[in-house]
Amino acid sequence: MTATADLSHHIIQAEGRRRLYSIAIVVITAAVIFAGYGQANSMNSGGFLNGLTKFFDYPSEIVVEAWEARTAFLGLMYKFTPALIETLNIAAVATILGGVMGMIFAFLGSGNLDIWPRAVPIARRTMDILRAFPELIIALFLIFVLGTSPVPAMIAVAFHTTGALGKQFSEVNENIDRKAIEGLEACGANWFQRMKFAVLPQVLPNYLSYFMLRFEINVRASAILGFVGAGGIGAELRRTIGWGQGSGDETAALFVLLILSIFVIDQTSSYLRRRLIQKNSD
Amino acid sequence: MTATAIGLNRLGRNPAIARAVARRARLSIALAAAVFAYLTYAWFAFDMPGLIESARPERAALLATDSVAHKVHVTRSTRTGDIVIAVEGERTATYDTPPGWVTADEESASIDLGDGYRADILGNVAYFYVPGYGEIVAEATSDGVVTTLPKDGPQHGWLRASDAKFDARPTIDRRVQVSRAKIEVHRYFFGWENFFFPFNSEINAYSAGDLFSLAFGGPPLRNDMSNAAYIFDTFWTNPDWQHGNVFIALLETLLMAVLGTFTAAFVGLPLALLAARNFTINVGLMFVVRRLFDLLRGIDMLIWSLIFIRSFGLGPLTGALAIAFTDTGTLGKLFSEALENVDDKQIEGVRSTGASKLQVYRYGVIPQILPIFVSQGLYYLESNMRSATVIGALGAGGIGLMLVETMRTSRDWENTLYIILLTVMLVIAMDSLSSWLRRRLIQGKSDQTRPVKAH
Repeated sequence: MTATADLSHHIIQAEGRRRLYSIAIVVITAAVIFAGYGQANSMNSGGFLNGLTKFFDYPSEIVVEAWEARTAFLGLMYKFTPALIETLNIAAVATILGGVMGMIFAFLGSGNLDIWPRAVPIARRTMDILRAFPELIIALFLIFVLGTSPVPAMIAVAFHTTGALGKQFSEVNENIDRKAIEGLEACGANWFQRMKFAVLPQVLPNYLSYFMLRFEINVRASAILGFVGAGGIGAELRRTIGWGQGSGDETAALFVLLILSIFVIDQTSSYLRRRLIQKNSD
Repeated sequence: MTATAIGLNRLGRNPAIARAVARRARLSIALAAAVFAYLTYAWFAFDMPGLIESARPERAALLATDSVAHKVHVTRSTRTGDIVIAVEGERTATYDTPPGWVTADEESASIDLGDGYRADILGNVAYFYVPGYGEIVAEATSDGVVTTLPKDGPQHGWLRASDAKFDARPTIDRRVQVSRAKIEVHRYFFGWENFFFPFNSEINAYSAGDLFSLAFGGPPLRNDMSNAAYIFDTFWTNPDWQHGNVFIALLETLLMAVLGTFTAAFVGLPLALLAARNFTINVGLMFVVRRLFDLLRGIDMLIWSLIFIRSFGLGPLTGALAIAFTDTGTLGKLFSEALENVDDKQIEGVRSTGASKLQVYRYGVIPQILPIFVSQGLYYLESNMRSATVIGALGAGGIGLMLVETMRTSRDWENTLYIILLTVMLVIAMDSLSSWLRRRLIQGKSDQTRPVKAH
């Protein structure tokens, strides 16, 4: 048998094996999904088919009530604007504090910035833990100690942000070009000068991009935590939904406010991020 | 120092660079000032001064001690005159014979609280001896409590005595309370009580070795099941810790995250093909699918959860659908952007061999976007594990709801800590599994694990 025939035989064999693996993965995934939905359906208090008929009841009920209150709708939205601002404040403060803390951890956790090498694994593990800890748990604990207030949610979101941004920032740090640092070192710049003139100009555009993405995520998280008892638009939603029928117009106003603000932030941040990355890569 | 000075001097000699540096310095100072001003505004918007005043740090201490300790109550009801000794005061965990530190008869009890602290109950009168302070006498009368403090004894913060109630807690692990209805003495012990088996179970006091030999051999304890099954059943249905229910709640949360993410990924991919400019079959359809993604994403998980809780009730299906709806939008958008960035050369190469349309997809497109598909899917699985706990707390069930409920009753903090530990362990396990899989499946392509790069 010639070498090429041998090779093509091997390739066909490998290809067949790979196809088998792929089919196996697809079959297993499909089985997991179907079995999972079956299981989930049996664990749910209301069944799927039963719920499907009711699926549009609630949204349409809200829409109808909102339509009946259409003249007062803008007024309702205006009434809930302070709650929205509170949620946005929670997200913004948490992103700023988490971003600053994350930056400190990121610098400690990157091996190429001439800081203390022994701090690298410690900083990384700390960030892992901060990231893995569910926000809900910190928020509930702090609500218990501090009482109902936006601050517990802010601290909880800031904790997670520290871990998440810290990891992304340190990945940015590790991808920088060290030549600029070496050049500055050669002309006698101290550590702060090296960071200021060689590192920050390289990393800041990416930092900013991650920062904005995180702000967007944090607005959603703050709204959800509000529902659990941390104030803001989530708390208002909980109140209006708790009243049940008749408050559909208020619920609709809150929904519209939240969806609009998320949409605006989402679009603005993705536009700015595209611009930043393009400018950076040019 | 001199070297730096030379370096900066040289910088100074070039006016354009010096101006740029100065402008950047001014800009960063202005930015820092703006951030500081905003944080000052937020300080007052959040009412931090009021919060600091109303914060109850002692609750944190209480939570910290209660979650790692349990207490034994010695209670005398003034109505019936009975003296009862019970773990956490629960009727199901009552001592038949008093433990070593209590001597009790019909009318009286003498309780050794350790370190020289002692409490005696004689009829309706409690005598509480505190070293370095003296003996406090509190009597439960028919219309209130009469307290007699030691002569010249100072009034301490740990002691509250009124006409209706007497409450003394000189240390965090000793407490005596007297009201008209009862006299109650608490002594705290470190550790979780009856974690494995209920207090009144016959195997409560067994050691691990005893249990092992009982499970495999030994006389059968029950006629209808084996010893091993009986031991497991006793553990699983332990009424104080509810291991079985906690396990089911964890499973529900896991199910929400896995089902939701898988559904979103597998529904998002075909839709992403329609939304990508270079693969879509119709420009109008492309526009519709893109707006659908925006809608799914913009409505947000919070609102989807509330809608699904209304229609499907409590359970993992509700959470799974809420996650699936939101993330179909997010993942669909990510995938369509990845599809728009695929390399045409590879597709043309496959096409030039005379491959059919399906084969072009299979060999030209899929291999290029598979790493992004897998890594983003795993990344969202990880983050949805956390989202599922929060969605549960909104009312969808699972471990999140269980956590909120145990915290709201604020009675058994050790249960809360147990649930928190299990939840964190599950989340961390999921994180590790997903990052391990990501590393295994897409070696050397770590850039694509980050969402921003995919845009």
